[in-house]
Amino acid sequence: MTNILKRAKENLRTIRTAGKLGWAMESNWTDPFLFAIYSIVRPLASSLILVVMYYVVTRGKTGMDLFAYIYVGNAFFMYVINVLFGVSWVIHEDRDHYQMIRYIYISPIRMYYYLFGRGIAKMVLTTVAVIITMAFGMLVLKIPVNLLAINYPLLLFSVAAGIFIITCLGILLAGVSMVTAHHSYALTEGMAGLFYLACGAIYPIDILPVWLQYLSKALPLTYWLELVRRSILGKSLSPTLSGYSDFQLILIMAATTLILALFSHWVYRSIEYIARKYGKIDQLTSY
Amino acid sequence: MNLAVETFDLNRTFKLKKAKNKGENGNNNGKLIALENANIKIHQGELFGLLGPNGAGKTTLIKILATLLLPTSGTGLVDGIDVVKYPEKVRKKINMVSGGEHCGYGILTVRETLWMFSQFYGIATKVAHRRIDELLKILKMEEFAKTKIGKLSTGLRQKLNFMRGFVCDPKIMFLDEPTLGLDVQIARDVRIYIRTWMKENPERTVLLTTHYMAEADELCDRVAIIDKGRVLVCDSPQNLKKSLAGEAVFYIEIPLSVNGMEKFGQIPGVKQFAYEHKSHLGRTELKFILEEESAISNVTESLSGNGSKIISLSKMEPSLEDVFVALVGRGLKNEN
Repeated sequence: MTNILKRAKENLRTIRTAGKLGWAMESNWTDPFLFAIYSIVRPLASSLILVVMYYVVTRGKTGMDLFAYIYVGNAFFMYVINVLFGVSWVIHEDRDHYQMIRYIYISPIRMYYYLFGRGIAKMVLTTVAVIITMAFGMLVLKIPVNLLAINYPLLLFSVAAGIFIITCLGILLAGVSMVTAHHSYALTEGMAGLFYLACGAIYPIDILPVWLQYLSKALPLTYWLELVRRSILGKSLSPTLSGYSDFQLILIMAATTLILALFSHWVYRSIEYIARKYGKIDQLTSY
Repeated sequence: MNLAVETFDLNRTFKLKKAKNKGENGNNNGKLIALENANIKIHQGELFGLLGPNGAGKTTLIKILATLLLPTSGTGLVDGIDVVKYPEKVRKKINMVSGGEHCGYGILTVRETLWMFSQFYGIATKVAHRRIDELLKILKMEEFAKTKIGKLSTGLRQKLNFMRGFVCDPKIMFLDEPTLGLDVQIARDVRIYIRTWMKENPERTVLLTTHYMAEADELCDRVAIIDKGRVLVCDSPQNLKKSLAGEAVFYIEIPLSVNGMEKFGQIPGVKQFAYEHKSHLGRTELKFILEEESAISNVTESLSGNGSKIISLSKMEPSLEDVFVALVGRGLKNEN
């Protein structure tokens, strides 16, 4: 018991310290005022792009329910892009830009907690961005969200679960980053794009080809986005997923998340071994 | 006596890219042999030096012991723990500093960086603050404590990196060319600190790699000379130099002369010969290890016969570099 507590304390310290480093990197590039403006304008701008695209394509004929579905999905998908990037990119940053990875790697910390800690700043900033985007949607675009009707426990649980899922994916990609070159950022972007396509971020998964629906159903992010929408909008537009109760969705998400976590762990450890074998841990790749 | 580091037939080979496959030292069928059956034993409390030219395998050995790299075969033990099987346990005992680097989180200050690493190593808050203050004071970095690393000069960054290594007070420290590229004063501060740190606690151990022979001579209890991945000899600097006691070491300076140097190694009475071109001075420095002092006349005659004017000639006490020359037949800097 004492050992478990000691280990938990060490891991929390790693997360806290790495979190401070991540926050310094996210916020220290400019003065606080400019940083605050940037943090507000950036998510609004990306949401407005979606709004314009939506009205151009549909000419507003599909109704508010679908728009709300798309808007909420798109707002929360920011977690996937930012946290995935924030966790997986640490390897490239520490290895090539700061050239500190060898000292981080040989320290007695557990890398998973370090990577998670480094991603915390992105998580916090993304949470702020999501709140701003949702507030803009409700106040300006009249997205039908009743603040009193939101299932807050489910929303909080979903967000926490989502962050865990995305961190697992980030760790998987961090492993791959150990043996890939600096310019392989395209891999992270490609993965985020695949999830955007397959997880029902902007349309129900039912419209996807059947073979792609298998992938959708295997990804915990699909159930996470569905739970987020249910907690905020109170309903689902996906015929496939609406057949499940909230509890059933949570169970399916938990099962797929467990498989993902084990797979991420296996990939990370396997590639870490390969990187040590071939001397890639601290080999600069900025060529 | 307890062993801090022990290796058994440690081997490491690297696959070479096709373009680099021809005619390189240690190259064998597209493979570069970085370490070949390396066996070393470093006692607890010892300041052990690993000497050799660039590419000798020093950094490879340190990387293996620091759990950054796997050996191709063989075993490495750090404080009795296998570096391949239990890297997590090894990491609690060690730290490492590499010289000649420009690393660092530019957005953090010096103090923030040291604090961050103290936390990664689980140092208690009070102890960490005290140790950071001590390091800043001893290494004369107090005025830079609140300076962001991005604004530090290369030398100061290296100094910070050195402090980063010591802030966690490891049981076993790996120093890979820690004074490489540092100016004379900073290098001196670093050497003084290493000595002081070792004296404070007899359980501390340092493995120092360097190609500065004087540095090894000054600091190390024992040294191993390594070349092309092989450990050639291991003893105290005094004993190694004594091994050349019966021989005479002469330094001769001649005007810069690039061609035909190898023939000076064939002069009767010359046991080993090495040279170094000093283009910026317009001179070539020759080093002769002679079987006996009288053989110097053969050398001067040969040089005169070759039309080389002798600028200076001096007899020296054997140094570690002379030991290296005697062992491998070339100096640290020339690649012949």
